[in-house]
Amino acid sequence: MKYCQPDEKGKYGEYGGRYVPETLMAALHELESKYNMLKKDTNFNNELKEHLRDYAGRPTPLYYCRRLTELCKGAKIFLKREDLLHTGAHKMNNSIAQVLIARNMGKKRVIAETGAGQHGVATATACSLLGIECVIYMGSADIKRQHVNVQRMDLLGAQVIEVASGSRTLKDAINEAIRDWVTNVNETYYCIGSVVGPHPYPMMVRDFQSIIGIETRSQFMEQFGRLPDLLIACVGGGSNAIGMFYPFIDQAVRMIGVEGGGAGLDSGKHAASLCLGRIGCLHGAMTYLLQDANGQVLPTHSVSAGLDYPAVGPEHAYLKDTKRIEYTFATDQEALEAFRTLSRYEGIIPALESAHAVAQAMKSSQNMKREQAIIVNLSGRGDKDLDIIAGEL
Amino acid sequence: MKAQMSINNVFELANEKKEKVLIIYMTAGFPDLDRCFEMIREAESGGADIIELGIPFSDPVADGPTIQYSSQIAIEQGATLSCILERLENALIKVPVVIMTYLNPLLSIGRSELFKRLVLSRVSGLIIPDLPVEMAADWPVAAKENNLDLIMLAAPTSPPERLQEITLKSQGFIYCVSVAGTTGTRQQLDENLPVFLRQVRSMTNKSIVAGFGISTPDHISTLKPYADGFIVGSRIINAIRNNENIKNVVAGFKAATRRKKNVSCDA
Repeated sequence: MKYCQPDEKGKYGEYGGRYVPETLMAALHELESKYNMLKKDTNFNNELKEHLRDYAGRPTPLYYCRRLTELCKGAKIFLKREDLLHTGAHKMNNSIAQVLIARNMGKKRVIAETGAGQHGVATATACSLLGIECVIYMGSADIKRQHVNVQRMDLLGAQVIEVASGSRTLKDAINEAIRDWVTNVNETYYCIGSVVGPHPYPMMVRDFQSIIGIETRSQFMEQFGRLPDLLIACVGGGSNAIGMFYPFIDQAVRMIGVEGGGAGLDSGKHAASLCLGRIGCLHGAMTYLLQDANGQVLPTHSVSAGLDYPAVGPEHAYLKDTKRIEYTFATDQEALEAFRTLSRYEGIIPALESAHAVAQAMKSSQNMKREQAIIVNLSGRGDKDLDIIAGEL
Repeated sequence: MKAQMSINNVFELANEKKEKVLIIYMTAGFPDLDRCFEMIREAESGGADIIELGIPFSDPVADGPTIQYSSQIAIEQGATLSCILERLENALIKVPVVIMTYLNPLLSIGRSELFKRLVLSRVSGLIIPDLPVEMAADWPVAAKENNLDLIMLAAPTSPPERLQEITLKSQGFIYCVSVAGTTGTRQQLDENLPVFLRQVRSMTNKSIVAGFGISTPDHISTLKPYADGFIVGSRIINAIRNNENIKNVVAGFKAATRRKKNVSCDA
């Protein structure tokens, strides 16, 4: 049966939905109908395609890692080079599209949250491109560890608002962005950066990121005349993963999502919501959530700010339960090793987020046949992480 | 033990007395587990007609800085849904108590267990700010079966068809969010608020309550013709933080619900 999610209420099985204050409900319905209209609109699609090609640099290459494969002595490892997209990560696919929607809706102001800063930079960039005011919420812990991206947003003319509540990371930046949106809903567009939040965001962000999987599929087919054997991507909220996986969902291709394992799953210091969470409701969606026995959201840890999030996109929750996608984790240490290995063996410095996927690819490759092929979504580049690396390696 | 009045009885009685219902919000466990219940008793003696007790949640997206702060302190003080309900069983609060919390702590305890515990603790109603009407599914029915009112929120941004649905499904009263925004004290009320309250009034015979941003007795005086009750929240949390006399503060608000001028003309 053909995969067809979400349902008309924005639910993926029991996950997803729209659990937000009443004040936002009308805006979500308006966005949903606008999106359903625009996705069939030729002008909108042509403009988006043009920006993605001429401005963002699509298509991105599919690259075969010869030396890394030799090192692993197993299945061939390929990288989908989203790190080469303008601003250095896959986030741009979504930001350009959503800021175009914002302009179409006549919104004068765009707000966004950011963890690692990549979504903030991408949204600030898209807003510069289209001449719209931009406000970015970022946790103070993330501002500290990803300060290069704060400087970039500043240069791009966005206002970065520091969020000092709660765990001072991505979760709290989203809380504050939601509060801003509740307050300024009429003139403001909220550009969510991952497949999280209330419907239609998880669906919309998935659709915009699916360009990754669509290109990958045709690039691989063209070169090898068949489908790859295994796809791997890191999962924080899960937008790069769903973007890679979704176009393959009805095909016989194995897929693994890799969560931030932090100091290990028994340490309590991790961000592995699919591996260890239980069903709950955060940021407008029912999903797997790291929470205590009383339903309070737990603090998370990952060396990578982009994976440091206690929930996960609701579609991933559904795909885990249906066993269509396998979910595992890589620890901080494994990610750092993969970071160094990829840099040394291939001359590609990955984002720490993406390094989690690389770590899993190296493990998987060793247990697979040499004629098999693994494609890793290299979702971002690692320049932003050099300070963290200097402290950790 | 004397039976508590139902929420509907409270509104009927206030109506007979030609006054408005005053609902006082407190964060359970703020400033700590014991003093929170002392504050409730003070609010009662100051004239609170209903207590809205907020169970703290780690990520309160509908709340402004004041209630975020009280929630954080309350969590640090060990306030959980379970322990608050346990204390409520013996708290001897005379006025109806309504529990306000986000969906996640409720899901965590499980719905059938939740309703059982709420009944045991003599809670009269439930407000869940992140459970909008179309996601509520069978919550209103299940609440009714347990003699609990599931109180729904209406917002100034809700289009008429949503307001119809909300006024139809909401039990006890309609919680009208008086401003597009989060909870918190405000100097001035939204000038369009009377229009919104009148619109809701035209759709239902149920009681209408204004909340969010009601910060002074004057706000109540201004809005008295348009609503049957008022919720005061962040102002009370600030009063607790400033060591003000809660009984007096509440009495000031209660007096505003009674003043003769501006007595309801279209209620």
